[in-house]
Amino acid sequence: MLRYKSKTVSKLENKVQEQLENMSDEELLSFAEFDEENSEKTAYSNYSYWRSTFQAFRKNKVAVVLVWLVLGIIFFTIIQPFLPGQYDPNYINNDSTGVQYRNIAPCSQFWFGTNSIGQDLWARIWAGTRNSMMIGICVAIIEALIGIVVGVLWGYVRKLDWFFTEIYNILDNIPNTIILILISYIMKPGVGTLIFAMCLTRWIQMARFIRNQVLIIRDREYNLASRCVGTPTKKVVTRNLLPYLVSVIMLRMALTVPEAIGNEVFITYIGLGLPTNIPSLGRLIDDGRQLMMSASLRYQLIFPTVVVSIVTISFYIIGNAFSDAADPKNHIA
Amino acid sequence: MFQYLTKRIGRSLLTLIVIVTLVFILLRLMPIEGYFENYDKLTEEQIQVGLREMGLTDPMPVQILHFYQQLLHGDLGTSRRYRANVAVVDILKKKIPISVRLGCLSILLSLAVGLPLGTWMAGHKGKWPDKIGTIFIVFIQAVPAVVYFLFIQLYGTTILNVPLLFDEDNVRCWILPVISMSLGNTAYYGMWLRRYMVDESTKDYVKLATAKGVPRNKIMIHHIFRNSFVPLVQYLPTSFLNTVIGSIYIESLYSIPGMGGLLVDVIKKNDNNMVQAIVLLYATVGVIGLLLGDILMTIVDPRISFGKKGGVR
Repeated sequence: MLRYKSKTVSKLENKVQEQLENMSDEELLSFAEFDEENSEKTAYSNYSYWRSTFQAFRKNKVAVVLVWLVLGIIFFTIIQPFLPGQYDPNYINNDSTGVQYRNIAPCSQFWFGTNSIGQDLWARIWAGTRNSMMIGICVAIIEALIGIVVGVLWGYVRKLDWFFTEIYNILDNIPNTIILILISYIMKPGVGTLIFAMCLTRWIQMARFIRNQVLIIRDREYNLASRCVGTPTKKVVTRNLLPYLVSVIMLRMALTVPEAIGNEVFITYIGLGLPTNIPSLGRLIDDGRQLMMSASLRYQLIFPTVVVSIVTISFYIIGNAFSDAADPKNHIA
Repeated sequence: MFQYLTKRIGRSLLTLIVIVTLVFILLRLMPIEGYFENYDKLTEEQIQVGLREMGLTDPMPVQILHFYQQLLHGDLGTSRRYRANVAVVDILKKKIPISVRLGCLSILLSLAVGLPLGTWMAGHKGKWPDKIGTIFIVFIQAVPAVVYFLFIQLYGTTILNVPLLFDEDNVRCWILPVISMSLGNTAYYGMWLRRYMVDESTKDYVKLATAKGVPRNKIMIHHIFRNSFVPLVQYLPTSFLNTVIGSIYIESLYSIPGMGGLLVDVIKKNDNNMVQAIVLLYATVGVIGLLLGDILMTIVDPRISFGKKGGVR
């Protein structure tokens, strides 16, 4: 059989031959000792995907700071109601004569002031952040779960391909906002409705994304090898395919959160959002909007918008930094 | 090409039929208050008579067939609560031209700003123009649109010294809504054009042009930009959808008498027939926009063919 031999290979062969010829019989027939230094010179590498991803991510200082910021905000929204001296976000504060504290500017008693009916804005903002983030994270998780299951089926089971592709072709043509508005209009306003409406528009995109990835990697050599040795499909999917997809799924989830928060703000603005006793960032912004024309009350708009901007920008930058870090091309060996 | 087009148009039609049917059925689930102007004052009998007159007591398939017949005659139903007993088409006739003009202006503006922005960023990759542009793009993409729309309205009206609410005859009143609506698309075009131009600038023909001694500006505009612009066409449909969404916000924010503002109004008034008509109209606009974008792409770049697109394994 004729085989192509590169110059380097034949050079190496000659070198080895030369060395062997120079060795004495004794040397040739005794066992070689394990040499750690030499072993590292050859192919062995302690490359670990997740460690490299983590290292690459740590180099992006802005993203690392934002991760701590987001974790801090999440932690604070959870413990805030248990801190001493906090007001209930829905409690209407009255002074000693029973008159409501209306539109009090930020002061030592009400750190962010009060709104037009005397509710404490500081408490409302943290409760709103908690609710909005919870909606965003719920949407991201549900979207990922449905998207992964459908996407893997779609990519792996050939008979289902045309079926899901047709559904995708139809659903993808409908503007998401229209679905969002329609569902919120028909169903009762509430957290569940919002999450349902957002997931309804997003799962197919996630599934489509997973499906494309599955198609790309399912016939790679290592998967063929797995199938040849008779690995059950379930194991191929969970052990070979999904770990490969974790980083891209995480990216999409991270980008879902700011989008979901934005959608909530939008739906509240057009009057289909959460009921007033469930504070959310969208509700706070809309309340602030109605008062924005009087300059002294503008703090009621500015505080929630600043919080929204910090949260959404953080998630956006973290998601993108993570996807850069998760790309093996950016790992320096 | 022809086969692809027929398939693509067929699919759009199918989508429209699915949307129309779904929207129709879903809106029948709404409480019946949305069909009467003064529901609270009516007796039970009057309500029943009213429902029967509107055909709402018929079985669902009959209602749908009836609705399609209406649609084919260009009749979108009658408004009940927004303007009692006025045909929806008559209300919309006055609103649509304003929305269309606003949308076209904003798309033009975003092209006029977004393309130079992307070129500028790609030309100074890694330097401060690139960084400033990136900050702008991240901000626009991440922060909910309402937030910056509100601040543009709040401070823009003071700076330009124009009234808060829209006045069709006052040209200066058009400035802020058009700018606000174009921001999202500007960021979108800037981001993608930069990415394509950066990718394109490492190609061999650029090296050749540099070796020949072509000035850098000329390479950027005549060589790189032209090649990078082709894939951008595929974002036209998306920007079209962005404009549609933007118009809902902007029009109601500035009280512009267009379709988007109308949608918010009729949602707040629970006028089922109006919501149905406007949602259908927006969905149609979206579907047609995507279709046109795909067709445009085959025209702009003859190298792209869709004949094999569906044939993934």
